[in-house]
Amino acid sequence: MADSRRSAPLSWTNKPAAKMSDVVEKTLTALPSLLSLDSQPGSAKLSSSSKLGNLIRGITELTSKHEEEKLIQRELVSIKEQVSSPNTTMRQMKELMVRAIYCESLGYEASFSYIHAIKLAQQGTALEKRVGYLAVSLFLNENHELLLLLVNTVLKDLQSTNLIEVCMALTVVSQMFPKDMIPAILPLVEEKLNHPKEIIRRKAVLALYKFYLIAPNQVQHIHNKFRKALCDKDPGVMTASLHIYLQLIQENPDGYKDLTASFVTILKQVVGGKLPIDFNYHSVPAPWLQIQLLRILSLLGKNDQNASEIMYEILDESLQRAEMNHNITYAILYECVKCVYTIHPKSDLLEKAAKCIGNFVLSQKINLKYLGLKALTYVVQQDPKLALQHQMTIIECLDHSDLIIKRETVELLFRITNAQNVMVIVDKMLEFLRVSPDDYTTIDLTGKVAELAEKYAPDNEWFIETMNTVFSVGGDMMQPDIPNSFLKLLSEGFDGVEEDRKLRLFAVDSYVSLLRGEPGKLPQRFLQVISWVLGEYSHLMEELEPATVLRLLERLLDMKQTSSETKSWVLMAMTKLCEGGASVAVAQQVSETYISSMDTVLRQRAQELQHLSQDSELRARVLPRDADLEPQEVDSSLSFLDGFVSEALAAGAAPYKPPHQRQEELAQAKALSLEPYGLSLPISMASCSIADRQSPTLLSISSGLSGDSTELSHKGGPTTLKLDGVKRVWGREGYLRESVEEVAQVEVPSPLRSPSQQAGADSSHSQTPTPTPDPEQDKQQLASSLFFGLSSQSPMCLMGKPEPTPNRFRRKTKGQGSSSSATGQTPSPLSSSPSTVDDLLGDDLLDSSIPSEPSVSSSTITLELSQGFTATAHGPCDVEAELADSDVKESNPSPSEDDGLVAADPAPHEDPDRPEDPCLSSHLPAELCEHGHSEITPLCTNQSLELSACHVQKEDSLVFVIFICNSSAIQQIQLELHSEHLEVSCVSDSPEVDVSSHSVTVYQYSLTVKRPSVHVEVAGMVSYQLCDGTPQNLQFSYKLPLTSFIRPLTVSTEEYGTMWLDFCHDTKQNLTLISDGEEPLTATLNVLKRKLQLGVVEVIGMEGILACQLLKDQPCLMHCRVHAGLLAVWLRSPVPDLPDCLIYHCQRALQGD
Amino acid sequence: MIKAILIFNNHGKPRLIRFYQYFAEDMQQQIIRETFHLVSKRDDNVCNFLEGGSLIGGSDYKLIYRHYATLYFVFCVDSSESELGILDLIQVFVETLDKCFENVCELDLIFHMDKVHYILQEVVMGGMVLETNMNEIVAQVELQNRMEKSEGGLSGAPARAVSAVKNMNLPEMPRNINIGDINIKVPSLSPF
Repeated sequence: MADSRRSAPLSWTNKPAAKMSDVVEKTLTALPSLLSLDSQPGSAKLSSSSKLGNLIRGITELTSKHEEEKLIQRELVSIKEQVSSPNTTMRQMKELMVRAIYCESLGYEASFSYIHAIKLAQQGTALEKRVGYLAVSLFLNENHELLLLLVNTVLKDLQSTNLIEVCMALTVVSQMFPKDMIPAILPLVEEKLNHPKEIIRRKAVLALYKFYLIAPNQVQHIHNKFRKALCDKDPGVMTASLHIYLQLIQENPDGYKDLTASFVTILKQVVGGKLPIDFNYHSVPAPWLQIQLLRILSLLGKNDQNASEIMYEILDESLQRAEMNHNITYAILYECVKCVYTIHPKSDLLEKAAKCIGNFVLSQKINLKYLGLKALTYVVQQDPKLALQHQMTIIECLDHSDLIIKRETVELLFRITNAQNVMVIVDKMLEFLRVSPDDYTTIDLTGKVAELAEKYAPDNEWFIETMNTVFSVGGDMMQPDIPNSFLKLLSEGFDGVEEDRKLRLFAVDSYVSLLRGEPGKLPQRFLQVISWVLGEYSHLMEELEPATVLRLLERLLDMKQTSSETKSWVLMAMTKLCEGGASVAVAQQVSETYISSMDTVLRQRAQELQHLSQDSELRARVLPRDADLEPQEVDSSLSFLDGFVSEALAAGAAPYKPPHQRQEELAQAKALSLEPYGLSLPISMASCSIADRQSPTLLSISSGLSGDSTELSHKGGPTTLKLDGVKRVWGREGYLRESVEEVAQVEVPSPLRSPSQQAGADSSHSQTPTPTPDPEQDKQQLASSLFFGLSSQSPMCLMGKPEPTPNRFRRKTKGQGSSSSATGQTPSPLSSSPSTVDDLLGDDLLDSSIPSEPSVSSSTITLELSQGFTATAHGPCDVEAELADSDVKESNPSPSEDDGLVAADPAPHEDPDRPEDPCLSSHLPAELCEHGHSEITPLCTNQSLELSACHVQKEDSLVFVIFICNSSAIQQIQLELHSEHLEVSCVSDSPEVDVSSHSVTVYQYSLTVKRPSVHVEVAGMVSYQLCDGTPQNLQFSYKLPLTSFIRPLTVSTEEYGTMWLDFCHDTKQNLTLISDGEEPLTATLNVLKRKLQLGVVEVIGMEGILACQLLKDQPCLMHCRVHAGLLAVWLRSPVPDLPDCLIYHCQRALQGD
Repeated sequence: MIKAILIFNNHGKPRLIRFYQYFAEDMQQQIIRETFHLVSKRDDNVCNFLEGGSLIGGSDYKLIYRHYATLYFVFCVDSSESELGILDLIQVFVETLDKCFENVCELDLIFHMDKVHYILQEVVMGGMVLETNMNEIVAQVELQNRMEKSEGGLSGAPARAVSAVKNMNLPEMPRNINIGDINIKVPSLSPF
């Protein structure tokens, strides 16, 4: 038998073997005769009556796709007829099924046969069953409803005594099985782990692994059995179990550290040749098993010195034993090398591994070269010198004829880019981009080039030119955030006004010349970028007439291939530019063309253009030049629409609910949402970000994923990106593990660029290779420029490693993002008590005089209260005429619409004239004394009575105290209080007392807020009778800020999240940040906490969430985020007006400092 | 994990298609077409790995292929598989086919598509490598073929008989005593 094999006509080579192709061609042409002659040796009979044979013969005779389609359709009709015929036997069915499989594999649907495939699997004999199962596993997917019909068959076959049937059942189960039905067969599959036959055990292990992949919870309980499988006496079963362990350890390396020694022992035995000779493959013992074990070991040894030490010995042995003689030993070596570089480093192993990599890279075998480059890319982070060693090889690989090798080399270069070699490397990357036209490479590489350009650009010209190439090559395929971040960089500026100006000027210059060339060849995205830049910055170029630019832009509009999106960008740019006579004419002409466009957006833009070009004053106001340098003050609460809204509401319109809330409510109608804050928010929110209305929800999404949200705080540029950086993972370390695609656009907050490095960059610039006749010298020069600065001491930036880099385009850091502060990075356990809140904020950050526990000494409370009042005293206060004191302070018009604010400012203690009556406080009831009180202010006086009042903030209530002091004998004093904002209830009633002369009577009322307002007022009237019986009355009013009713609310982040979604009233505003040396967010939150008694729930990075309640039990939640140097605040509450009032107080509190 | 195994000829005609991850029918055809497009334009002296297709799994996925005479054998795998390991697995698979069909050629794959599937099932199960030992694979397939020959009511018997024979093996003895003596090397087996 073996000898006959030797004389076989077939030769297994990679090259098209002449013999085999000859045979095939011959057979194909002679197919009809062959089929009837049945001369194929070894193949089963292909009688002329075979239907499949006929079908195949028919197909080979066809010449066009169309004919094939017709033939197959005919065939399918015939199959359909036969399978549904009751007379068809199972044996015929089997044959029909194979034909159906054949048709399906050619891409024609034979869905009618699915049910018959299941029937065949159910009812056929073992052999027919096999066809049935095969057909089912090829036709159906695990979600197909017909699959449920198979469950019983599988159950039956799993219990069969026929090994083949059991095997078939296990195979089909591991191919696809409905997730919900796993419990039904799980016990049977589990049972098979103890089957006497190893093949069954092996298949059962793999089936269980499959279950683990699709439904991990279902197999949770059989982890012990996996261990048993690992210890199985048959190496095959053990090998199968490694699939499971590789997965488990990948998910949780710490849980399986105890197995490290076992895996090492297994590997030792394998390498030592303890397995039966049967396992050898080209005299290498069980190579696939070794590979699997090495992968597991590298996972276990990663960042774990102890585990790593256990495996050093066997790794060493593996490296030595694997002689370079066969493909498969290289496979083992490659895994070994990767393992050595992944685990805790050991120098002599690293040395050997490095040598191995060298052998790979230098190998003439192209597959090995590829792997060598891959390994090099992998290790270059730890060992940049290794790349240096092989620089000449790398240069050669750059010019390799195999695109894949080239691609891998480019990838390697990307990893070793620094400020010195960036120009050469980017050049190489762009060169590769031009030769490799496939989409995937384009998308990937344009992102990387843009990243490098932004990070290391040596000068403006280079940067703009590189980006131009990126835009032209990347076309409309590249990731949309490349143009976005480019424009953002231009508009935000970086190094200083002059540098910014130069960069913009250069961009304008370059774009004008591009437009003068052949703009028709430029991709749409690039045209959009060009229009925007010209619109914004072409005025910087003084010698350039706006009319000239307009004409250039007009040309774009006339081009056929310009999309309507681009046209609207162009029109926008024109709107910004139309100035002076000639340009207005152009603008008019253009707007007339598009004012009747079918595209509504274009029509809108054309309208704008028409109007604004005629009214230059309006244009200057609407589109101020350089306005983007400072974020525009926008009334983000849209309060100017309040009138409209209330009218609409009065007319019966439903109150507005943001989309996510509506969605949430819909979801809640069905089931309770138990998901924590942030995560339950639908991503769809992300798409509704508006430049000046950053939604906290969106921010929460990002904060959930990134602890380092510095980069997230982008100003709403003209093309604000919706999900900037959302994918980013925790911290800097996270970047390192990420695949490179992920780190595009990473900014590295870096210390100042050092002059020496800049010099280096410049010198590298001058070293750009110039073509020389000598190719060898050329390569040398290329090498020196490519690997410039790779020596050990030079700074390297690998995958966004936070090393100091001479980052040219450092974005301005707005609202400095300090990720180093304790608050920023500690995702602390949910704070359930105020004390944990303190921990969260870090004690040092808290004003020491500010208590956080509710039960603290009264003195501190008093201090706190008075501070609170000081803050509010800055508010706009008109004083009622009745009030004796006139603490009139003119202040800027309040954003709040409360008309006629009347403030009986309780304690503006900067007023020295304020009549202080210390003795009155002695009348304060003892139980209130401990809480501290606001200063006692006179309410009204006349000859017989003197009314004073103060309020006391208790934890759960606000007590309003009125002191009535009479100077003459009066009777039947009656006090009535009423308020449109407040609910007044008597605490200690002394409703009607006779007040003897010169005595002080104290009235206490408990106040709760009915309707929130910035200041709430309680008005009252005292009526009394003089001794002579004449009734008298006296009116007064007392005003207190809403903040007196605010108490911190202690909630956990989860509760916060649930509440947030429940509340329907919200408001948003940007507030100024306080930056007095401290980290701005913390400082600001501290002020809010101190002055307004807000409770800090959690601070994550640049975001904080706070909660408070309005007495009693009317919560209000606050979400703030540092954004472009401002604090974006979003308040939500179930109580109408409460968010608006609170935002006012927040504003006051922050401006007060 | 292996995501898909595709065998097509030099003209892109699919000869065996097996997906281990669900894709809709038209998507499958698109993957086959794109894969063929990627693979067919590569010379025979370039490496056997391909990256950058975007249809299956994006950047995490690789094509590892071998070209034999008129056929391309393409394995689509994710990063958890060893490149060279899979490359040799293809070799094992082809050698097994050769053994089972006695000089396999494209026609065998066309006319016995079902048998090729059965052989493949013994090599790769549900996307996981099940067996890499050619002899073992052949033994399993032969076991099934024997069942075929004695079909007709006795389907279970031969399997039991064979298993009885196999169970006689003592633990320290090599497995597969019935075929252990056959140690054929395919003559012109070159690693690349």
